[in-house]
Amino acid sequence: MPTFVYMTRCDGCGQCVDICPSDIMHIDPKVRRAYNIEPNMCWECYSCVKACPHNAIDVRGYADFAPLGHSVRVRRDEEKGVIAWRIIFRNGEKDMNLLAPITTKPWGKYIPQLADQPAPSQEMRGSQLLFNEPKYIRFDDGDLNTLESNGLKMQAGVESY
Amino acid sequence: MFTSNPFAALSAGLPLDPGVMQAYVILMVLLVIGGTLLDVVHKKSAKYFFEKGQSLKKIAKREVGGGEKLGLAVSTFTNEVLASSEFANPERRISHLFMMYGFIFFVATTAIMIFGLPVAEGEGSGLVPLLWHLGALSICIGGYWFWLKIRVDVRSEANEWHNVHQSDLFIVSLLLTATFALIWSVLQASNGVTSVLSIIAFIIFIAASTTLFSTILWSKFAHMFFKPAAAFQKKVAVADGSRDKLPEIPELSSAECKQRYPDIPEYMGDNPPYMGLGIKREAPTHY
Repeated sequence: MPTFVYMTRCDGCGQCVDICPSDIMHIDPKVRRAYNIEPNMCWECYSCVKACPHNAIDVRGYADFAPLGHSVRVRRDEEKGVIAWRIIFRNGEKDMNLLAPITTKPWGKYIPQLADQPAPSQEMRGSQLLFNEPKYIRFDDGDLNTLESNGLKMQAGVESY
Repeated sequence: MFTSNPFAALSAGLPLDPGVMQAYVILMVLLVIGGTLLDVVHKKSAKYFFEKGQSLKKIAKREVGGGEKLGLAVSTFTNEVLASSEFANPERRISHLFMMYGFIFFVATTAIMIFGLPVAEGEGSGLVPLLWHLGALSICIGGYWFWLKIRVDVRSEANEWHNVHQSDLFIVSLLLTATFALIWSVLQASNGVTSVLSIIAFIIFIAASTTLFSTILWSKFAHMFFKPAAAFQKKVAVADGSRDKLPEIPELSSAECKQRYPDIPEYMGDNPPYMGLGIKREAPTHY
């Protein structure tokens, strides 16, 4: 279920707007607080929930795992390098706190340095391909890319149908 | 000019009876009280805070005593109210502080000057009118900063300066009040109390201030009452352990944390290092 914002907590700072990969967290022009402009397009990535400095954003869990009265909330503390979840069951008695190290890449690292890439030639500019597109996702360069042609092997546990 | 009481000149020169001005101030106070009560009933904010408090009490880990609550109230007053610490954006915070302190000084000195009437010739302190002018100027600095720089910024709301909504009722009427108070005072000093321009500025000043104090139900005027309540409730939720249903992040090097979450020292070491500011490293400027 999509995100929603607690108006008493939000101060309209824009961190969620900045981080939303779908660009659907916006600042409401009337109340000057963040809101989800297109809940249908929210894929519940929790980026905004974790980025909010006031913990003003929440996600309603799906009814199958989070029936009414259930709560799933998260805090991501990058300075400590940990992420904490708290799950309260709908009976109000089971209250779980979970803590784990952040295992994603540190913020601001591994940003593609596009300025360091050679400028595209005129031919590349006229091409329909994206700039700097990885070779192995192209279909026009040699034959179709397969595991074999790329020197890879099927990993154990990956089933083939 | 800045140390003379413009209301004294008005009562002597126009002449406008001090009783009329005093009645107007009392009427505005009553409108603020009535408007705020209506706002509380209409938005059900008191009900919201009560129900939220009750639901958090159910998952509270401990009882917060009266003394501790008083301490939290004091800390809410000194941080959230006096220093606007709620704002993560420093520009908005400073602009808000200019407007807030300007408004307090402006309103308080207006009341002092009007209820001090009539002032005999040569009497009266120059400090109060000076604070009145500085208060209006401070509202203008913070308000126009917000209106012309912060609000128009694409990082914020990207509203053109001429794009006015109903939600701007508070800021627009506040800015018009302060601006035309200053203009009126300047025109009164330069052109005289009975000059047409000065009277027009005075009429706009009164119209704007009446709008400001009489439209609480439709404006965000009441934020000065419910914002501190929300901040206080947030602090109580941390103190009683309910934390607004948010998880607790313990001190990672503490023995308690190691015992409760044994994989933290396993993955991160006994003394996990400081990982840096992370997302807080940059202000949100990419949209």
